Amino acid sequence: MPSLISAPDRVNDFVVKFANVNGTGSASANSLIMKAIFRMGVPVTGKNYFPSNIQGLPTWYEIRVTRDAYAARAGRVDIMVAMNAETYTKDVREVVSGGYLIYDSTWPRSALLRRGDITVIGVPLAQLVNERFDGVRNRILLKNVAYAGVLAALLDVDLEVISDLMSESYGKKPKLLDSNTKALRLGYDHAKQHLDCPLPLRVARMDRTRGHIMIDGNTAAGLGCVYAGATVGAWYPITPSTSLMDAFKGFCERYRVDPATGERNYAVIQAEDELAAIGMVLGAAWNGARAFTPTSGPGISLMNEFVGLAYYAEVPCVIFDVQRVGPSTGMPTRTQQADIMLCAYASHGDTRHVLLFPANPEECFYMAVQAFDLAERLQTPVFVLSDLDIGMNDWMCRELKWDEAYRPDRGKMLSAEELAGLDKFYRYVDRDDDAITYRTLPGVNPKGAYFTRGSGHNQYGGYTEDSAEYQVVLDRLKRKFSTAAKYVPKPELTGKGDSKIGILSVGSCDGAVREAIDVLARQNIHVDYLRVRAFPFGLEVESFLSLHATIFVVEQNRDAQLRSLLTLETAVDKSKLKSILSYSGFPMSCEPIVDVIRATLPDAPRLAAVTAKSTR
Amino acid sequence: MSFINKPKVAHPSLPTNALGLTRRQYEGSMSTLCAGCGHDSITAAIIEACWNLNVRPEQLAKLSGIGCSSKTTAYFVSGAHGFNSVHGRMPSIASGANAANRDLTYIGISGDGDSLSIGLGQLVHAIRRNVNMLYLIENNGVYGLTKGQFSASADIGTQAKRGDVNQTPPIDPVLLALSLGATFVARSFSGDKAQLVPLIQAGMRHNGFALIDVLSPCVTFNDHEGSTKSYTFTREHYHPAMEADFVAPADEIAVDYPHGESIPVRLHDGSRVILRKLGASYDPTDRSAAYAFIEQKLKQNEYVTGLVHIDETGSTEFHTLNKTSTVPLNRIPYEKLSPGSAALEKLMGRYR
Repeated sequence: MPSLISAPDRVNDFVVKFANVNGTGSASANSLIMKAIFRMGVPVTGKNYFPSNIQGLPTWYEIRVTRDAYAARAGRVDIMVAMNAETYTKDVREVVSGGYLIYDSTWPRSALLRRGDITVIGVPLAQLVNERFDGVRNRILLKNVAYAGVLAALLDVDLEVISDLMSESYGKKPKLLDSNTKALRLGYDHAKQHLDCPLPLRVARMDRTRGHIMIDGNTAAGLGCVYAGATVGAWYPITPSTSLMDAFKGFCERYRVDPATGERNYAVIQAEDELAAIGMVLGAAWNGARAFTPTSGPGISLMNEFVGLAYYAEVPCVIFDVQRVGPSTGMPTRTQQADIMLCAYASHGDTRHVLLFPANPEECFYMAVQAFDLAERLQTPVFVLSDLDIGMNDWMCRELKWDEAYRPDRGKMLSAEELAGLDKFYRYVDRDDDAITYRTLPGVNPKGAYFTRGSGHNQYGGYTEDSAEYQVVLDRLKRKFSTAAKYVPKPELTGKGDSKIGILSVGSCDGAVREAIDVLARQNIHVDYLRVRAFPFGLEVESFLSLHATIFVVEQNRDAQLRSLLTLETAVDKSKLKSILSYSGFPMSCEPIVDVIRATLPDAPRLAAVTAKSTR
Repeated sequence: MSFINKPKVAHPSLPTNALGLTRRQYEGSMSTLCAGCGHDSITAAIIEACWNLNVRPEQLAKLSGIGCSSKTTAYFVSGAHGFNSVHGRMPSIASGANAANRDLTYIGISGDGDSLSIGLGQLVHAIRRNVNMLYLIENNGVYGLTKGQFSASADIGTQAKRGDVNQTPPIDPVLLALSLGATFVARSFSGDKAQLVPLIQAGMRHNGFALIDVLSPCVTFNDHEGSTKSYTFTREHYHPAMEADFVAPADEIAVDYPHGESIPVRLHDGSRVILRKLGASYDPTDRSAAYAFIEQKLKQNEYVTGLVHIDETGSTEFHTLNKTSTVPLNRIPYEKLSPGSAALEKLMGRYR
């Protein structure tokens, strides 16, 4: 059910949703509007709901204009730009009471677009565009720009800002710039003449985006790999991780090609499958290069065998899992956090892995760098668990900064000189009592030579089938995991820490949780919030769990995987943990969190329903 | 390769190579394979080849998958790093390792099970990618470690020790490599060290992927009557077509080869392979002709051996195509890899 109440002042606080057909070029028009609002100093989020298809299926884009800078998806639609007749029924139903629907009135209004409680606005877009432009493809593309012009007028978006953006995009192609500018004006002028502009839902300049950027997590993570000094990337194309390697490659072409010789200081290898991709990463890492692979759930399933080898033979590597909806092929273009357990214990035998959980693109950048440092310091695979929402949508985040003093943490790696000074080198002897041993690279010194193997080995690196020798190594690996807990990113605590109720969450749920906390606070319900940023969990997680009587664990999967991991890996009494789950495939909104917490607390003050149930 | 643990003390009379190292210093740990295993002879040939080539032990990387063959990387050059990875996946480890450090010499040891069944996908793509390495298949037609099942190289009609007769057609790694455009393809026999050693040397110096399929009988599970991969059968059906002599860059060609009978091929590092024709009209630089000849001989149950195809132009080698830095990627200082804070600040403009 749509919300029945619209707040009176809706300036800079509303949602526009675009219903389009995939492959018609609508994405650039939609992001044009979003970017323009952002440049007017008003916080925005953009969520793309696209099909696993190249052309022809329905696709939606949602822009949330949010003066309070909430990062989550809003559980409502105020303005629907209904450009796809096939989805009219669904689209018209989604608009909140009192909202607006814009459609192409070139053709008679469909009976499907009948609803008494919303304003339906017709603009003859196809007619306008067809009268002035030639070419089927061209007309389709420019129709999108024309509705962007209509929206600019209706929402009071500064036309000059849009013009600037278009010049930046098409500056080198004057013909394109000209036709796009004309199409934009076409829509804008038509709206100004025929419609009541602006709507009460409109944009007004603010100053809340200074120092911020709009970037997607895959781009940020790819950039992080460049700054971390990664030189070898091996991958197999898979949605939604592909753009991470595209970004890495693009940045390398810009920053890593020797201008004098044209030589590349990187290698990107498109592997034959994910089994080979992770093998290449291990081979390169074994040779001392910082190497990584981006993938998604199905790729992780395939990589399991090699991940076990990397864990046992202690080869550092970084794996980005941009999670999508499973199981199996699932819904490849929808978001989920359902690979937590898969990654935590990937591969056969006793294995446990370091996981990092970025919550937004900004963290993707910094955690990419951290992942390489941790992998080399701990000599183990490190998984960065992003998801489709973070990876492929544009998020507003703080500008990325780089500390010039940064140098990669290569961990315990012996140089030629250090090896020369050694009597004898043994690969897996715990000399420093921290469960991390010294490693050597091929080609450095014959004294450093050893045999890397996945078969049973003793601390001297030799093959063994002796139980005691085998256990020495296996037990040290367990201790190493405890060492890891000291080095991984600490969780982030919000609140005073004195409430009886806690929320514990992870990754891209963050925006929804933060918004829910604000909504609950307005209803006099105060909660503490801990966002875990890594596995193994450290002391901070343990103490948060023990200090709160009830902890709501918010995550995006069906089986409460984070909650399971907490019960397995901490001392928490599991009856204290209540799950709030979202696994629809859409990014989480705050409503389910608010609803469940309110429903669970019978004593909580009953206020008029400000929030409504999620429509999905 | 050793069958007994010998002390690592070199007798002063032992010959040394240009690095002052004896053959003993190219040995590895004691072999745990069955006595008489063809693989141990191959190991001995690798030791000889490395000694001849004056390979610095630490400049060698030994890679393998899983299986009897894959164990052998432990039995030669103990001063080299070894990587015994997972079944059938050595090619990807080698590809990544080579991407990170193009300066090392890579030897990958695999078997017919490791390469032609579970690892077939990785083998063919390493060939396509033309990774600069020697890839040696120790081919015996059976799975040894799991006790004698047929592998994908078992010939039709060959009989297992327990009596089963194989009915599915074999995958021939030499024909496979030729069809994929491999630039160095050879076949040999573990019992022919004189042929094998120069082939290994040439393969190690070839600029690109060098495949040597070595027929290497399994004395325990595939050396009986009725097997087409036994010592007896192999010796009887062995057809050397092209002998190769390896000439290091510094060495003069001491032997005169009759004109028309020999083809000198210059390798990337200046060394040469002198191919001596044993057949009448065989041209190892003609890939299609090589393919047809080998296929025809296989139908007659004959294994053509020697360096059956070579293309030393090297233009499709992985790093050549990738335009990778001549300084190995793992040695480029971080300062050259990081774009720095000013570049990041500038880049942010794109996202504002």
